[in-house]
Amino acid sequence: MNDFLNRYLPNVMENKSEIWESTYETLYMVFMTSLFSAIFGIALGVILVATDKGGILANRWAYSILEKIVNFFRSVPFIILIALVVPVTRLITGTSIGMNAAIVPLVIGIVPFYARQIQNALLEVDPGIIEATQAMGSGPVEIIFRVYLKEGLTGIIRASSVTVINLIGLTTMAGAIGSGGLGSLAINKGYNRFQLDITFVATILILLLVFVCQFIGDYFTRKSTH
Amino acid sequence: MISLSRINVTFNTGSRTVVAARDIDLRVDEGDVFGIVGYSGAGKSTLVRVMNLLQRPSSGDIVVNGQKLLELKPKELRSARKKIGMIFQHFNLMKSRTVYDNVLYPLKSSRMPKADKDRKVRELLELVGLSDKLASYPSQLSGGQKQRVAIARALANEPRILLCDEATSALDPKTTLSILDLLRDLNRKLGLTIVIITHEMQVVKEICNKVAVMEEGAIVEQGDIVSIFSEPKQPLTRDFIHTATHFGQTVEKIMSHPSLARMGDDDVLCKISYVGSRTSEAIVSDIATRFGVSANILFGNVEILQQTPVGSLIVVLSGGSSELEKALAYLRSLDVTVDRLDSPGKATLGGAHIR
Repeated sequence: MNDFLNRYLPNVMENKSEIWESTYETLYMVFMTSLFSAIFGIALGVILVATDKGGILANRWAYSILEKIVNFFRSVPFIILIALVVPVTRLITGTSIGMNAAIVPLVIGIVPFYARQIQNALLEVDPGIIEATQAMGSGPVEIIFRVYLKEGLTGIIRASSVTVINLIGLTTMAGAIGSGGLGSLAINKGYNRFQLDITFVATILILLLVFVCQFIGDYFTRKSTH
Repeated sequence: MISLSRINVTFNTGSRTVVAARDIDLRVDEGDVFGIVGYSGAGKSTLVRVMNLLQRPSSGDIVVNGQKLLELKPKELRSARKKIGMIFQHFNLMKSRTVYDNVLYPLKSSRMPKADKDRKVRELLELVGLSDKLASYPSQLSGGQKQRVAIARALANEPRILLCDEATSALDPKTTLSILDLLRDLNRKLGLTIVIITHEMQVVKEICNKVAVMEEGAIVEQGDIVSIFSEPKQPLTRDFIHTATHFGQTVEKIMSHPSLARMGDDDVLCKISYVGSRTSEAIVSDIATRFGVSANILFGNVEILQQTPVGSLIVVLSGGSSELEKALAYLRSLDVTVDRLDSPGKATLGGAHIR
């Protein structure tokens, strides 16, 4: 077995620890970004739905301002966004290089996307149900937490798995600011040094990660559907 | 119980202004089952939403359970709403919760001890006959069962009023009747005041004691059900009643097939309507024995509204012309309404006799 690997994946075998390291870095970035994005993205999505016309806290100004911000950040290509938000990154993490520094642009890049997905998921909740709960005397906070987030759960899970998969793609670009991870491994080692087998293995690992996320997402989507 | 005065609701949709309710005055008393009928777009649903302020009127006053709803602060309004139940055409149950949890939902924010809430939910589901469906999800229930869950949910906070927005319109006739039976029961047992919005006069006929007829945002006629059914004043009201009793279709059929009437030249086609204990049989046999006028009954219908029979007959009266006049005068003296209908196609009458 080892012979086989040494023969066909020589550079991989030589850089095993580095590959594990990169995998860890990718997982770390995906996990931390997901954590922050979940909080901000869901909050923003809920606010968008609530302040939208006919929403439970309809507010034309708040909605149109938030919507424009979301659209702006969604339109900026991620690789440029990384450079654009460097001052913010420095302010928050004290550095603009490395794994932790990458989390700032990743969050800023993914939150608007996620918020939109959440917004769409929550709009799927039957407006009749919202009306019924208003008729029962529920207030906005109760409607958000007990109705929107619960009734929209299937949609939220689906949006989350799509978002995480998207996020995995973005982490590979964060290599541009020295974040490490499988993306930068594939470029710096695999591409720049013509160690094609490293690129190959990095791809496999990324795909594996995507499949696992997809699987978990599907599992919970099924579980939450009645 | 509910009193609306000078309610106006207007919607601005871009350049157009739609008036959904104009100058509406309405009073629902305790224990009433109040029906509001109208075709779609008449403003019924808007009006019922004004009663719990899901729809704010552009002007007017609303008093429900003795509270002026428009003067309440948001928090007060929310607690006022807990005392006004509401059910909907499409049930609006939460799909992610079981039947039990759907009924529990309105109790979540109350300070009732957990065990009491549990007892309450079970009681309510017992009341609507769904004790065996506690753990089911709404998607596993039939339409009638879903509406029963919705009723149980609406009653959780022990409201004095139940608003029904087309609550039976998505149900088949048999299920509709069973839901109406349940509502009637609730009205009698709990003294629940019920407001029913519907486009089916059949529903009104079945359980309401008062009715208002709406058209283009205005109430064209309202009153207690017996007088509305026996003496509708507006053409629209008559329309609704006729669809509910199939009266219109029958008259139309008779008119388009004069042969059905088999009328002689002096015969009179008329509609006899009566309210109360007088039965059709007595009327018909009365004029036969007193005046020698025979009545050929083409159509008869008796509705029992609030325990009062309301009947209508379409008859062809035949006899000598003076006897006919006497018979008609006699009928009118009995507090029976007699309307002469135009004979079906006089011109083709001859042809109708051959056959």
